[in-house]
Amino acid sequence: MSDLASVTGAPAAAGRRLPPVAGLGIGSLALVVIGGILLASYVPRRPPLAVPGTLAAVSGALLLAGVFLLSRLEQFAWPRFFVVFRWALLAYVISAGMIGFAFVRDHTRGAPLALVLVMLVIFALDVPLIIAFTVARYSSPPYSAD
Amino acid sequence: MTDVGRMQAEVLAQSPPRPQVQVVPVRGLPIVAVVVAFVIAAIAGNWLWALVFCHVVGGALWTAIDLFVGLIVGPILGRLSIPARAEFTARFMPKMVLLMPTLVLMTLAAGFQLALREGNLLASSPNHVWLIVSFCVVGVMAVIALGVLEPANIAVLVEMRKQVPDGEVIGLLMKRFVYTAGITGLMQVATLIIMTRVATQ
Repeated sequence: MSDLASVTGAPAAAGRRLPPVAGLGIGSLALVVIGGILLASYVPRRPPLAVPGTLAAVSGALLLAGVFLLSRLEQFAWPRFFVVFRWALLAYVISAGMIGFAFVRDHTRGAPLALVLVMLVIFALDVPLIIAFTVARYSSPPYSAD
Repeated sequence: MTDVGRMQAEVLAQSPPRPQVQVVPVRGLPIVAVVVAFVIAAIAGNWLWALVFCHVVGGALWTAIDLFVGLIVGPILGRLSIPARAEFTARFMPKMVLLMPTLVLMTLAAGFQLALREGNLLASSPNHVWLIVSFCVVGVMAVIALGVLEPANIAVLVEMRKQVPDGEVIGLLMKRFVYTAGITGLMQVATLIIMTRVATQ
């Protein structure tokens, strides 16, 4: 038991193997960030879309893989997960909305704008997923629920 | 009362009351809303002074807080007694939940618009390469901050709200928080070099 645990009197948190939802989310986030940098580096010119498009597709696939693995969990603190996810989603939809607004304001149009919006949707789902999973995993068995 | 019971009562009496942990300080939300509205107005109006203000003030606070927390507060926190560490965390982390995302949003949104307005994003600009490098540095920091640091921060706060917080979980997550804050702090040094370079080209 760690020194902190010995003071709080809480049981030692034995490790529990969970699917790599946070890892997949971080990978997905990293790809979207790289794609975003590639797009932003061409502003105000029209960027080539092949590489950022591929990055967005792989990022989306990683996100879906994470969601799929998460959906198969049975002993998991789902109520806590959804409470955290909901609020984090609100925060990151605002954040993504602001980034989208900046691109629209700067006259990004057509396919580049569509790609930016897809990336922002992935971003706005990735971060709440990682946060909610991280919080809920420590509220799930064998960890105390409350 | 038995000796053990008397000792437990004394320990409880001596230990400070656990602070009420609020994950998101609701009173701070209106301030965040005002800041976000100001940034939106600055971008929508392409208002030079406001863009410079948001970018410089937000960036200075973001960099300074990151460096201060990562390199000064973090190591001190690691050497505090356990109750002191828990009490500090309960009061410090909620403020960071609101403060840091707001500063990051303010700095990046205003900075991008400013770069565009001043023509620094044009491929012909001498600052273009420096800005792309700064995008990369910020990208790495964003992935670390959003993927590791912030989830750890919120998980610590949620854990501390439980009736019996698991110290091992808090210790594990705080270690993650302090290490990643140190890494982003060091990356801020790179940002300082790039931004001073851009400003003096």
